Amino acid sequence: MNRSLRIVVVYPDLLGTYGDGGNGLVLTRRAERRGFPAELIEAASDGPLPVADVYTLGGGEDGPQVRATESLNEDGTLARAVRNGAVVFAVCAGYQIIGTTFPAADGSPVPGLGLLDVATVKGRAPRAVGEIVVDADLPGVGALTGFENHGGLTEVGPGAQPLGRVRTGVGNGDYTDGAWAGRVVGTYLHGPALARNPALADLLLRWATGEDELAPLDDYREQALRSERFEAALGRRTARGRRRVR
Amino acid sequence: MTTRTRVAVFATASLNGLSRRLHMGSGTVAGGRIGLAIAPNLLETLGAGRRSAVVSGTNGKTTTTRLLAAALESTGVPVLTNATGSNMPAGHVAALAGGPADAPAVLEVDEAYLPAIIGALHPNALVLLNLSRDQLDRSNEVRMVATRWREALAETICTVVANADDPLVVFGAQAATSVVWVAGGMRWRSDAAGCPACGGRIRFDEVSWSCECGFARPTPDVDVEVEPDGRTTAVFADGRRLPVVLLIPGLFNHRNAVLAAAAAEVLGVPADHAFEAMGQIEGVAGRFSVQDVGGVSTRLLLAKNPAGWEELLFLVAPGTSPVVVAINARIADGRDPSWLWDVPFERLSGRPVVATGERSADLSVRLHYAGVEHERVADPVEAVAVAARLGGDRGVETIEFIGNYTAFHDLLRANRAS
Repeated sequence: MNRSLRIVVVYPDLLGTYGDGGNGLVLTRRAERRGFPAELIEAASDGPLPVADVYTLGGGEDGPQVRATESLNEDGTLARAVRNGAVVFAVCAGYQIIGTTFPAADGSPVPGLGLLDVATVKGRAPRAVGEIVVDADLPGVGALTGFENHGGLTEVGPGAQPLGRVRTGVGNGDYTDGAWAGRVVGTYLHGPALARNPALADLLLRWATGEDELAPLDDYREQALRSERFEAALGRRTARGRRRVR
Repeated sequence: MTTRTRVAVFATASLNGLSRRLHMGSGTVAGGRIGLAIAPNLLETLGAGRRSAVVSGTNGKTTTTRLLAAALESTGVPVLTNATGSNMPAGHVAALAGGPADAPAVLEVDEAYLPAIIGALHPNALVLLNLSRDQLDRSNEVRMVATRWREALAETICTVVANADDPLVVFGAQAATSVVWVAGGMRWRSDAAGCPACGGRIRFDEVSWSCECGFARPTPDVDVEVEPDGRTTAVFADGRRLPVVLLIPGLFNHRNAVLAAAAAEVLGVPADHAFEAMGQIEGVAGRFSVQDVGGVSTRLLLAKNPAGWEELLFLVAPGTSPVVVAINARIADGRDPSWLWDVPFERLSGRPVVATGERSADLSVRLHYAGVEHERVADPVEAVAVAARLGGDRGVETIEFIGNYTAFHDLLRANRAS
């Protein structure tokens, strides 16, 4: 591609509570390092959402989550972009927003954007908080590491597939985490997810650029972080029996 | 005092003394817990009839508490305070059980515990500094904390000294019957975009903020003027202009000192006396102090969350000296260091930087994407030595060490031990 890749972080003022804005930065830098000019835009909720190749949505508090959904519905750009093949990577509250329904703070259902066939309800148990490891079903992505912090249970409908199977943690609440369909991906993983999982970042970049292969990068820092997190989530914790592991 | 209370006070004070003598800790939590177990309403009993002030907020609690305590001490009375930052009920009980029944108290209080502490202690003055995201894995959303403050303050008669620049603080403080508004400043605005009153959007300009619904920055009763060279002046509603001159650095500390001075006035200490006493404080529990770390002159700074980092990165920005960044993610820090991606580490670009702490792998990835070249060194004292070497022929300048909560204390401990 010869024009610049445009990456939009959606509403950091409403969906920026958990550091997920880092996903947009990771995608931008990894594109640039492969020689693709890339433009990172942090699009606040008081303006129109720019047309872009990639959209990232992050976690946020309950009230702002509902407001973000209203604004995105009114704006319409995100839904049009998905129909035109844009890549969407949505985390936690963002993941719930792009589904068909999610719970407001009082538990009452709020209609989502319907860009991904998942439905979220309020869980009964205390919030799922902790390290999570997921074996991704996406080609070439492998194991994912992240930190989850949510109270929702999410069911993946027939129009989407789970992102992967949970090795430790809670995820969707049914031994899977996240979902994907076409070029739309949702997950509960913070960290940020794309900083901890460069293979997933590169898959999204291949979709966005149309390239079958991307030049390898020296990811020794990311790999060191990954080994440390996998050991923390699966090694020591399992030994102490602090988290249930299947 | 009932027998039960006497036993509880005795148990608290003796256990704390024992723990200090055995060097098992600073002796503030264990004793307090025992005391509360014996007499659950111990705090209420110890607080009854006592002149007291309470300091709360996300950042600056420990320093502001120290400053306000210094202001009260300047009148020659002993002041009871939880100087070690044990800011939950056990720490408060320990602080009060340790001294005379008529001594005034200045207590730092965890944001989430504030409603309970106000109810038990009925303080004369309450200082509210700021609210922002912190330890999201275990604490409540900041908007929820502001709402609980508001509910608690509607039922109290104490004088609230509140930061007019923070919309969430204003939302909480507004409910009180008597408020002294201070231009306390706020560099980090990312948690305040959503209006706590109506859910709309708050707009900020250089000095003020407002929402369409009418919720807006109150006119400060005590304003703060800052010259380009950093000189700070407190301007009171009655026309007094008092220079704020501190040994500890940072505009945020100077603004917090103005909040402390306003609270000192509520407790009967004139602000000019308060500023003079606060100006003698050199370091607060090691923070802002310059220490020799393995032969390297090092300024020790503590930042726990994005708002705190924002202030400290601004503080160190004029310099070119090496910077050590230390990150842990224990329970006291919050288990999830994703917030590192909310911190503008890009500003360290071009300086020698060393990443250390138990989560230096997370930090290293963050710095890499921020375009900040750095070394990664596991041991914090060794990290200081490496930073000094990276500084090279810059000579004897002081390097900056910025750690989050437990990483900062790890270095203090290691440095004391060596």
